[in-house]
Amino acid sequence: MNVPNSFRTGPDENGHFGIFGGRFVAETLMPLILDLDEAYQQAKADPAYKAEMDAGLKHYVGRPSPLYYAERFTEHLRASAPGGMGAKIYFKREELNHTGSHKVNNVLGQILLARRMGKERIIAETGAGQHGVATATLCARYGLKCVVYMGAVDVARQAPNVFRMKMLGAEVVPVKSGSSTLKDAMNEALRDWVTNVHDTFYCIGTVAGPHPYPGMVRDFQSIIGRETREQMLEAEGRLPDSLIACIGGGSNAMGLFHPFLDDTGVQIFGVEAAGHGIPTGQHAASLTGGRPGVLHGNRTYLLMDDDGQITEAHSISAGLDYPGIGPEHSWLHDIGRATYISATDDEALAAFQLVSKLEGIIPALEPAHALAKVIDLAPTLPSDHLMVVNLSGRGDKDIPQVAEILGTRL
Amino acid sequence: MTARPTTRLDHRFAACATEGRAALVTFITAGDPDYDTSLAVLKALPVAGADVIELGVPFTDPMADGPAIQAAGLRALAAGQTLARTIQLVREFRKQDDATPIVLMGYYNPIYIYGVDRFLVDAKAAGVDGLIVVDLPPEEDNELCLPALLAGLAFIRLATPTTDDKRLPAVLANTAGFVYYVSINGITGSATPDADRVGEAVARIKRHTVLPVAVGFGVRTPEQAAAIAAGADGVVVGSAIVDALRASLDSNNRATPATVSAVTSLVARLAQAVRGVRREAAE
Repeated sequence: MNVPNSFRTGPDENGHFGIFGGRFVAETLMPLILDLDEAYQQAKADPAYKAEMDAGLKHYVGRPSPLYYAERFTEHLRASAPGGMGAKIYFKREELNHTGSHKVNNVLGQILLARRMGKERIIAETGAGQHGVATATLCARYGLKCVVYMGAVDVARQAPNVFRMKMLGAEVVPVKSGSSTLKDAMNEALRDWVTNVHDTFYCIGTVAGPHPYPGMVRDFQSIIGRETREQMLEAEGRLPDSLIACIGGGSNAMGLFHPFLDDTGVQIFGVEAAGHGIPTGQHAASLTGGRPGVLHGNRTYLLMDDDGQITEAHSISAGLDYPGIGPEHSWLHDIGRATYISATDDEALAAFQLVSKLEGIIPALEPAHALAKVIDLAPTLPSDHLMVVNLSGRGDKDIPQVAEILGTRL
Repeated sequence: MTARPTTRLDHRFAACATEGRAALVTFITAGDPDYDTSLAVLKALPVAGADVIELGVPFTDPMADGPAIQAAGLRALAAGQTLARTIQLVREFRKQDDATPIVLMGYYNPIYIYGVDRFLVDAKAAGVDGLIVVDLPPEEDNELCLPALLAGLAFIRLATPTTDDKRLPAVLANTAGFVYYVSINGITGSATPDADRVGEAVARIKRHTVLPVAVGFGVRTPEQAAAIAAGADGVVVGSAIVDALRASLDSNNRATPATVSAVTSLVARLAQAVRGVRREAAE
């Protein structure tokens, strides 16, 4: 495998990261994604757009989010580690953003772009509901019509977020086709877009889909890594030694990783959802348990059978329950710049409870997967090792589900 | 000026043009509701008046299809249909019919996983004439379109209302067999196309190509088919046929003695309507 001079130049003009990415969409959508690409390139070069983004991120989203030294979590893991071992753990506090997750960073960018393009109707897909809530929020803020597609299974297990979206004025459409989860919500959003091409902007929630989405969403999320860089230099006078984040489609991870890709001394870990365990087949770990294929506009690692039929993902976390992954992660995996591991439902649930009690921060089930692997990795690393975990969302939305699993009636 | 007839598709469209009428292009999903019934339906289609057959390759995530064809694909997959068995279906059909063109229509992933080179060899050998792969726009021609042309299979492109004059040349490059004009912005089987606007669109496309132009998406009744047939070289009917098949199934989605005739009686009425419309001689 050729190792490039820089890991940060992708995608190429056709949307490829190595063999991954691309524009695998129906002809009806091609003119739209070409328009979107052009509009995004223009916006990126426009100081007025950047100023609007910066102001929105500061005053509406509440950025910068803190980089917080998780002292009790660190000490807890050191207690079981050999002497001198136990990495120093920082949380990048994306759960403190308005709407409760990193999703809003991307949605702000896309909604401002939709406004520049004169689009008045916004559609989105959502799994856990965090992207749907963020989209509904910014549509309310800017007076845009908002339609969110959500798998019927996810509507049932993420009831608080469904209600939030409705409060914010969005229409939530439960999707009953296929397996009734995130991939089917994305199919249905694409069907809507193909039908309503003239007034509709599709606000994709992760670093996947046809070019330009994977690179564009990553750019919007890279604020996470850029802030982390500055904040770590300020706190410790040097860069972190490792980064770790959970991955469904992979936008919070890509946002944290991207600004550090060329700092080859910084180790990078992505954590996929292993569900009931990789050997059971009941998981959502596309890199660990899948292979390259084409779905939803891009070539990437996917879960599928031998006939190329997409199989259902499983995870305790609705936000990770997707049989694919962003194409840039597939590329980073193949060239070896990032290491992809996985955490099971049970490991995530244990980390969810441990971090709640030790730090007074209830993480979402999604970053609980990353925290679960911190529990494994930190004790094997020296105590001067600086590790940043992306706390990509807060766990309020998961309270009813976790209570049910733990046998507590609310 | 027309393309030199070399394939079953060229021959069939040329023959229909000589008769002064549009071709009836019928869609069924391979393996719906099971392999044997699907083969029986396939064999009955030309007898009922189908000029060209589009054979849907089932896929779990058909992003451009409406509820009827989505459900047909899931029925076929539940009955064990695979891309290999779809190729087998064509091979068996060809034992009795070596004239009716067959176009496989589907999504890229099953072909990509089968292996493009192996797929092209097997499909060609089975008697497949063309491919419509919904999620392969001209921007991705290196994937399958160019290898298919080299292998002697027509790569048929969809043109849509969003395909403007600026984009049409790119869409028409490397295409063969016919051009499939998608008459609406939307998914299969949803809105009804406006015949006048379709006629204008076909005329616009024909300014850019010598290939026949067939029109589909949303054509359901013999009357609609006749209206479209007046202004196009072919009329594609899909969801209505799939719906007729579904309506003949029992409560467990299994075929009944009425299944084949449910399809052929609709196709016969569509064929009669299309054949009843005389077209001006091709310019």
